[in-house]
Amino acid sequence: MPWSKIKPEIEEPDFQSVLGNTCRKVAYAEAIREALDQALELDERVFVMGQGVDDPSGMFGATLNLHKKHGRTRVFDTPLAENGLTGIAIGAAIGGMRPVYFHNRPDFLLLTMDQLVNHASKWHYMFGGAVHVPLVVWACIGRGWGSAAQHSQALQGLFMHIPGLKLIMPSTCYDAKGLMLASIADENPVIILEHRYNFKHTGLVPEEPYRVPIGKGVIRKTGTDITIIAVSYMVTEAYHAAETLKSDGIDAEIVDLRTLRPFDEEIILSSLAKTGRVLIADTGWKAGGVTAEIAAFLCENGFSSLKAPISRVACPDIPTPSGFTLEEAFYPGAKDIVIASRKLMGWGR
Amino acid sequence: MKDSVSPDKLRQLYYEMLRIRRVQLKIESLYHLDDMKTPIHMYIGQEAIAAGVCAHLGKEDYISSNHRGHGHYLAKGGSLKRLVAELYCRETGCSKGRGGSMHLVDTSVGHMGSSSIVGGGIPIGTGLSLSIQMKGQGRVSVVFFGDGAAEEGVLYESVNFAILKQLPVIYIYENNQYAVCSQISARQRGEIIFHQTNPADMFVKVVDGNSVLDVYQAAGMAVERARAGDGPSFIECKTYRLRGHAGAGSDVHLGYRPSEEISLWEARCPVADFRKRLLQNGDMTAGDDEFMEKEIADEIDEAFLFAQTSPLPKGEEVEKYLFRG
Ligand SMILES: Cc1ncc(C[n+]2csc(CCOP(=O)(O)OP(=O)(O)O)c2C)c(N)n1
Ligand SMILES: [Mg+2]
Repeated sequence: MPWSKIKPEIEEPDFQSVLGNTCRKVAYAEAIREALDQALELDERVFVMGQGVDDPSGMFGATLNLHKKHGRTRVFDTPLAENGLTGIAIGAAIGGMRPVYFHNRPDFLLLTMDQLVNHASKWHYMFGGAVHVPLVVWACIGRGWGSAAQHSQALQGLFMHIPGLKLIMPSTCYDAKGLMLASIADENPVIILEHRYNFKHTGLVPEEPYRVPIGKGVIRKTGTDITIIAVSYMVTEAYHAAETLKSDGIDAEIVDLRTLRPFDEEIILSSLAKTGRVLIADTGWKAGGVTAEIAAFLCENGFSSLKAPISRVACPDIPTPSGFTLEEAFYPGAKDIVIASRKLMGWGR
Repeated sequence: MKDSVSPDKLRQLYYEMLRIRRVQLKIESLYHLDDMKTPIHMYIGQEAIAAGVCAHLGKEDYISSNHRGHGHYLAKGGSLKRLVAELYCRETGCSKGRGGSMHLVDTSVGHMGSSSIVGGGIPIGTGLSLSIQMKGQGRVSVVFFGDGAAEEGVLYESVNFAILKQLPVIYIYENNQYAVCSQISARQRGEIIFHQTNPADMFVKVVDGNSVLDVYQAAGMAVERARAGDGPSFIECKTYRLRGHAGAGSDVHLGYRPSEEISLWEARCPVADFRKRLLQNGDMTAGDDEFMEKEIADEIDEAFLFAQTSPLPKGEEVEKYLFRG
């Protein structure tokens, strides 16, 4: 069953980014693994923990065999005690270490909310800057093969709500590595939510360590007619949608947010100013989620540039079904982005 | 071992308890003025625990504390001035007026912050001991928590991990028999699971939490073990909270506990008991006692003056400290 193993068989979209000259084509999981390997190598305070980080599949390959190179003191399996172990990671971080805590799925992070929300996010503020928590928490959103309601939740909306947490959702192999290294170097608690479908990708990644700045989005494709603000795997869907829209004569700009908290306000405002039409695409639920927050921000701060109402492509507000015909109906993708974009272009005409 | 505690140490233990008691009585006496706008939880009746445990700790050792944290903070060597300033919501407070009574910190003495989420500090203190072990430092981490917190799942999760990794952590279970107005018998049926631990995995002891010497001795063994790399300890200190759950003064009028029970424990006051004992045994003179009272009173006056005359945080800085860097 191809559930815990993901074959990297698709090249990620060619975003024509300038990436430096030591690039090789690597799988998404390998990009993360390389970041961890280098962080462990370069900084003795870094350690990697999580249920199954040292198992034969190595967290979809992202932590594969790191324990063999760096030892089981620095790369260790954990008891199934997500809240306690999160608090333990927080304590270790306060004590001067830099833990990276891996979880298979964000669904399990719900058990850690007390430590993440009541503790990690508050410690620096609540003590007037006296202590800080350089902690990275990582989890990979599931999708497909009957992942169902408890192994597929895209919970970014929940975490985005919390002041004091940084929230990252990469979409390319390059960013998966660079944002992991930036998160480990950050002095604050950072949550990285990956997406299972990104693990199908291979992409160009420099060999040396580098950091992608937290809080900065990136234009994946320039365009003049409509701005598609996309998150994580939806960037790939947006790319395919943009290809289709091109044949309609619609020139879409794609903004990849990369960081959801703090998000890059400037990049989306200036893209809106250019195109006047915005569509926001997220892998999570619509109500009270990422698309809602970004839309509200743009209305508050860029209303005069809007030529049409903001459009949102997100999951319907129901639990994820398991059967594949229902999954098909549940998940939005390029097709939905195309339909919504056409509607946006027709608005007011 | 009781006799092997030097008179100097005995007086030190007494001084520490007395200081914690006097600070709290002062807070209580001024609380009604409503200048300390923060929810306080008095440690009155439990002083022997913080004093007896922290007597073994140095600045480089860690503690993790809770909502009832004034005693832990002071015993660990936290600045009194900055504690009082925090209660007065001042910029000079230990948490710069962002934390209040339940969120104290003094990293210069290894107090890494207290949580007011019951049980919340337990895994964090455990994690601090993991950092010690990883760095190979020979330091210890002490976790203070109550009987209510002992019912939280994180205690199980944390102790399991501490045993697994043989961490230099000491769990100080302050069983004062109540969680707010709820008597322990409404929540637990006698012993908790850790009393059954294999001694090779974890040192477990139940002591009279109102006897500073009993606490001191048990904590001494635990600290020695932890420093030697011999793993975690779990010490239950049976004690009693003499005041209401929160706020100043007695709560006998609420009627959730019999007044005879309170009187019984008042008669077992850890501070008065120990004072009597030291005077009787000649380990302390009336003059020593007077001197201590005077010194503490002066220090307290100075701290309150400092707090009351310190600047308040500025509204325009309300967003400061969300993130580091
Ligand atoms: C998780 C959580 N549940 C409930 C509360 C409300 N509350 C604050 S203190 C307290 C009692 C705690 O009892 P215990 O752990 O025995 O400590 P004590 O107050 O007796 O020192 C409760 C229920 C809280 N702060 N956190
Ligand atoms: Mg209690």
